[in-house]
Amino acid sequence: MRRIGARLLQLIPTTVGALLLVFFLMRVLPGDPAAAMLGTNATPQAVADLRSQLGLDKPLLDQFLDYASGLMRLDLGRSLALRTPVTTLLAQSVVPTLLLTFGGTLVSVLVGVPLGVLAALKRRTWLDYLASVGALLGISIPVFVWGVLLLLAFALQWPVLPSAGAGDTPINVGRSLILPSIATGFFQVGLVARITRSSLLSVLANDYVRTARAKGLAPPAVIGRHALRNALIPVLTVIGLNAGTLLGGAVVAETVFTRPGLGRLILDAINARDYPVIQGVMIVSVVLVVLLNLVTDLLYTAADPRVRA
Amino acid sequence: MALLGNPAVMICAFFAVVLALLALAVPMLPLPDPTGQSVIFRLKPPSPEHLLGTDRLGRDILSRVLWGARLALLVGVGVVAFSGLLGTLLGVVAGYFRSWPSVLILRLTDIFLAFPPLILAMVTVTVLGNNLLTVVLAISVGIVPRFVRLTRGTILSIRERDYVEAARAIGASAPRIIWSHVLLNAVDPLIVLCTLLIPTAILTEALLSFLGLGITEPTPTWGNMINSGQIVLREAPWLTFFPGAAIVLTVLAFNLLGDFIRDSLDPSVREAGPAGVQLPVERPSTGQSIRISWHALRAEGLRPSTPRSSRRQGC
Repeated sequence: MRRIGARLLQLIPTTVGALLLVFFLMRVLPGDPAAAMLGTNATPQAVADLRSQLGLDKPLLDQFLDYASGLMRLDLGRSLALRTPVTTLLAQSVVPTLLLTFGGTLVSVLVGVPLGVLAALKRRTWLDYLASVGALLGISIPVFVWGVLLLLAFALQWPVLPSAGAGDTPINVGRSLILPSIATGFFQVGLVARITRSSLLSVLANDYVRTARAKGLAPPAVIGRHALRNALIPVLTVIGLNAGTLLGGAVVAETVFTRPGLGRLILDAINARDYPVIQGVMIVSVVLVVLLNLVTDLLYTAADPRVRA
Repeated sequence: MALLGNPAVMICAFFAVVLALLALAVPMLPLPDPTGQSVIFRLKPPSPEHLLGTDRLGRDILSRVLWGARLALLVGVGVVAFSGLLGTLLGVVAGYFRSWPSVLILRLTDIFLAFPPLILAMVTVTVLGNNLLTVVLAISVGIVPRFVRLTRGTILSIRERDYVEAARAIGASAPRIIWSHVLLNAVDPLIVLCTLLIPTAILTEALLSFLGLGITEPTPTWGNMINSGQIVLREAPWLTFFPGAAIVLTVLAFNLLGDFIRDSLDPSVREAGPAGVQLPVERPSTGQSIRISWHALRAEGLRPSTPRSSRRQGC
């Protein structure tokens, strides 16, 4: 518990700094949000009214105090386009995005780890080179290209899986997650495979693996019980470090597959110049990245006793 | 001349050079106007008149893909040049001088790294407006911190070396030491990072255009071409296929070239081989030191922690 508390304390300066940056990004950069929201044909009076409604006519310090007190009360204002509290919109969108991020991670691990293990065990054979080329190809194909290819194949050519929406029953939720998860996860498969390969090769050179082999343990047991458990620790770390990229991938996949979530929410808010919602999504995405990093830290600590020592 | 012994890298280098030449020469090539519309030639499949077909407005896909290449490379090189210069400058200050500017730069770097890079780019481009310059700036916001971290890490290890101590002892000024002794020895990892970040910048630009936030129609970009082709995916898949293939091949070529340059310039990777070694590195969010392979470091654009910080963390 003390360790978790210490980690949380370490995260505070970064999170507070990021929340400050969100505030300044929305207010200090050139361009008037109210004018941008209303378009070029807006009257000066309409712009002034909206500025007043958004609190943009107040001094910067007062605006900051409003922002900070709103954050404390989890009140991020109301959406200008939908007239709904921003926190309600965020609460509706976070779960589908987290589900998709989790689905993408699962795909990258389920495909990347076996690919990396195969490449390490068959080092310098055609299988290794094939896995390496596949990994490189994976990180070179962006999420939206994967998405379009998957849509073409499994939603238009052979319509076996839903191409849009997030599903209403648990089975449909699962079915609607498959294609977007593959699109999000395949971009990370290459990374996971490469790290698994290099990490497993490092572990296989250790004395305890040689000892396990020397005492007559079967190769699958040596790999599964002794080597892979330690080799997967760096994989876990890199997945955690990549939390931001994974969230970004989920945002794009939501657009391609017309799924609800933070991606669709921010994109619609950007198109409507709905600044309170944009600000809310930025805050939530920072908090999610920081929390995902924290979870990775804790899992890493749990998996590697040397860190606890 | 290891390049000549590696056919895959040779092909990638050839592809990158041809693409760059085509992108430079595209205004002089005998191609239709990329924005010129024609009702008669709407959604024509590839043919001798239009080698890659036409889109919904009758515009020539080949011409648009090549003009898109010009923009993609401009963004790739622009982002890396801008982020490289700014990030290196900040990294030098953070690594060489141990005072409040160093702490401030590091904290700011941590803060920017806490944002998903795509969301940061989306919001920046929304606030600043969407043209070539703002797209370069928006993508750079997420990339500058990676240059800062790399430069700082490299400089922290170089500044303690004997030849730097010697230069300091004979009274060389800080700018002279930084330029002649520190920075010149930190160039190799920076070149590697530049090569690896060009495809990242190209991909991010394509993503922004795909989402309708980057450079918009009628200016052709690979991302907005895929976006508009998505509507007629079943009837005219070539609208999506050719710009998609252009993105994949370009990013693949630069990734392979980046790997090759890294292997050629970085002795630790050469010596460690594919098996790699586990090196300590600081987590951006917490400053905690973890052990990680070289491949993971490369993928994240990170550098190992310095011996000083490793000792502090008990590694």
